[in-house]
Amino acid sequence: MSNYHLTHLKQLEAEAIFVMREVAAQFERPALLFSGGKDSIVMVHLAQKAFWPAKIPFPLLHVDTGHNFVETLDFRDEMAQRVGANIIVRYVQDSINKGTAVEEKGPNPSRNMLQTVTLLEAIEEFKFDACFGGGRRDEEKARAKERFFSHRDEFGQWDPKNQRPELWNLFNGKKQVGEHFRVFPISNWTEMDVWQYIALENIPIPSIYFTHQREVVDRRGTLLAKSDFITLMGEEKYETKTIRFRTIGDMTCTGAVESAANSLDEIIREVASARQTERGTRADDKRSDAAMEDRKKQGYF
Amino acid sequence: MDKNTVDLDNYLSMDLLRFTTAGSVDDGKSTLIGRLLYDSKSIFEDQLEAIEEASHRKGKEYVDLSLLTDGLRAEREQGITIDVAYRYFATPKRKFIIADTPGHIQYTRNMVTGASTANLAIILIDARNGVIEQTCRHSIIASLLQIKHVVVCVNKMDLVNFSQQVFEDIKAEYLAFAKNLSVKDIHFLPISALMGDNVVDRSINTPWYSGKTLMETLETVNIDQDYNFTDGRFPVQYVIRPHSEQYHDFRGYAGRVEGGVFKPGDEVVVLPSGLKTKIAAIESMNGKMEEAFPPMSVTMTLENDIDISRGDMLVKADNQPKVGQEIELMICWLNEKKMVPGGKYVIKHTTKEARCIVKEVKYKVNISNLEEIHDNKEIGLNDIGRVLIKTTAPLFYDSYSVNRSTGSLILVDEFTNETVGAGMII
Repeated sequence: MSNYHLTHLKQLEAEAIFVMREVAAQFERPALLFSGGKDSIVMVHLAQKAFWPAKIPFPLLHVDTGHNFVETLDFRDEMAQRVGANIIVRYVQDSINKGTAVEEKGPNPSRNMLQTVTLLEAIEEFKFDACFGGGRRDEEKARAKERFFSHRDEFGQWDPKNQRPELWNLFNGKKQVGEHFRVFPISNWTEMDVWQYIALENIPIPSIYFTHQREVVDRRGTLLAKSDFITLMGEEKYETKTIRFRTIGDMTCTGAVESAANSLDEIIREVASARQTERGTRADDKRSDAAMEDRKKQGYF
Repeated sequence: MDKNTVDLDNYLSMDLLRFTTAGSVDDGKSTLIGRLLYDSKSIFEDQLEAIEEASHRKGKEYVDLSLLTDGLRAEREQGITIDVAYRYFATPKRKFIIADTPGHIQYTRNMVTGASTANLAIILIDARNGVIEQTCRHSIIASLLQIKHVVVCVNKMDLVNFSQQVFEDIKAEYLAFAKNLSVKDIHFLPISALMGDNVVDRSINTPWYSGKTLMETLETVNIDQDYNFTDGRFPVQYVIRPHSEQYHDFRGYAGRVEGGVFKPGDEVVVLPSGLKTKIAAIESMNGKMEEAFPPMSVTMTLENDIDISRGDMLVKADNQPKVGQEIELMICWLNEKKMVPGGKYVIKHTTKEARCIVKEVKYKVNISNLEEIHDNKEIGLNDIGRVLIKTTAPLFYDSYSVNRSTGSLILVDEFTNETVGAGMII
C-alpha cells in the first residue's frame, strides 16, 4: 500500500494550478475574468497558489453590467487589493453609449447577452490572447463538452463541432493572429467541490452568499431582489424574506433561495440536499433549451 | 431523494476516480450512466422533470434515463454524439469523473481522448450478442492507452432471463480474447442498466452472483498504484521569479511531479545540461512541504544557481529517463487530413515543444483484432499505427507503459495549429 495519496480536492487543485501555469507559459497576454462570484474567487485563490511567492502575473478583468449587487462590487475591489492584483473594469453601459450594444426591452431587461459585446471589445482593446473563465462542465450541457483550452476564432466564436482533441495533460494553445483562447481551469469541479474547497482553504466570499433579510419579488418562481433595474408587473409586490444567493450574477436574473444558512458548513449541507440545480435559479438559462450553447457560440464566457 | 445524510467531513478523505465508457447507440450506455447518476442521487428535480416530460412526449412508458446524457442541439439534430462529454457524481467514498464517448469506429479519436486520462474503463456487452467486434475494439483501445482497470458489464440480463450460463459463457469468451491485452485487472458483472439490477442496488434476480455491484466496484477499485511513484520525473513548467523585496533572490521551478517522490535534500540531475544539484525546498503558499509526488503541482528551489528553463527536467541521478531524438510510437490519428509520411509536425511532450519529421510507418494496426497491417500504411483519421519520428531536439522520455505522462506526446499541424496525432512511446 502506498502512502502517496491525494484527496479529490487536492487533485482538482493540482490540475487547476497546472493549467494556469501552462497558460502563463504559453500565452503572452492572459487575463482572468472576474465576476466577484464564488467560482472566480476560487480561481483567484488558485492563481495566487500557482505563482506564489510572485504576484499573479496577469490582470483580472471584470465586465460590469451595471446591474451588479453592491456587495459584489465592494468585495471585488477589496479582494483585488488584498491579493495585489491589477483589476481592469469595462462597462456594458459604455458599449450601449457607443452603440455597439443595445439594451433589451421589457420588465427586467437582461444585460447578460450584452456582456459578450463588452467582453470582446475588452479582449480587443488589451490584445488578450487567453482569458481564464470559472466555467464548470457540471453546470450545463453545453459546458459538458467544453475543453480546458477552448479555441475562439477572430470573432470570439466557439465552434462545438470543431474543437481540438485534448489528451493527457498536453494542452495546445497554438493560434493564428487575432484568435484567442478561453481557458477553464476548474472544468472538472462541481458546485459541491467549489464549496468544499472554499471551506477547506478558508477563502473569504461576499456576504450575500450567507443568509440575510431582503426584499424580493416572486416572478414565475424566481425570487428577484429589489433593485432599480426591475419593474413590478400586475399584482407583483416586494416581500421581505430570509434568503441567500446560491450563484451571483446580474440582479435582473439571479434568483435567491430561501435559506437560513449562516456558515460554510450549513451551505455545504444545503448544497448536498439541494433538489434543484444551481443554474435553476438563473433566469438567463431558462430562456431556451439551448440558451447557453447559443451564447457560447457568440463568444460568451 | 434525501441527501441529508451526508457526512460533512467526508470530503477531506474522498479520492477521485476517472473512468471512461464507450458504447454504441443500442447497448445501453446512456441508460447505464443515467442509472448511475439517478441511483447515486446526482440528478436534481429540475433535470428529472425535464426528462420525465421528454420521455412522456416521446411516448415512453418509463422514464428514459438515457435522455440525461442528451448533448448539444447540434448533436440532437443529427441524432449522434459528436464528442467526449464529461459528467460527474460522487458517493461518500469517491468523486467520479466520467468521460462519456461514442463507440462507433468513426469515433476512435474520442475513445482515445477519453481513455487518455482514465483509471478505469467500463466495457458494455449486450447479453444477447456476446463479445462482438466493437467489444474488442473498446478493449484494445483501453489496453493501448494503458487503462489499469476494466469492468466488463454484461448488460440486458433481463432479456436473457438472468441466465448464469449466458453470463459465464460471455465471461469465458472475453477472457480468451483478453489474454493478448495488457489489462491485468478485469471485473465481470451481470447487470440490467434499464431495470437497475446490480448497478447500485444488488439484484434479487441474480442469486448466483455474489460479487460487487457496479457502484461498489467503482468505489473500491484500488487505484493507489495507478501513478508511477518510482521514477523521479519533474518537467519544469514555469520559472517563478518574484523580483520583490522579500523574495529578492527567489528562483522557483514550478511544475507537476510526473513520477517518483521528491524530498528536500534529494540529489537531482537537470536535463539536458546533466548538472547535479540538490533540492533546497519544496515551496507552497501554505508553507514548505516535506515531499512531493504525482500528481502534485509544486514549486521547487535548488541549492545551486543553474540556468534552467521550461522544458527542462529534474530527475534522480540513479534513475534517468531515456534521452533521444529517434523515437518509436504508437500513434492514433485525430484529423481528417491524413498523416503525411516525411511530413513535419510540432510536438508537445511534457512541457517541452519541438518539431519532428515522420521518418517511417512500420505498420498499421487493425483495432478490432490487433493484427498488423503491412500492405497499407496510410494513416488517416481514427487509424492507429506504429511510426518512427525524429525530433529537432532530444526528448527526455519513458515508455508509455511505464509512465503515461513522460511516455505520451501530441502532434500539432504547423499550419492549422490543430492537434492531429496522439502518440504513445514504445
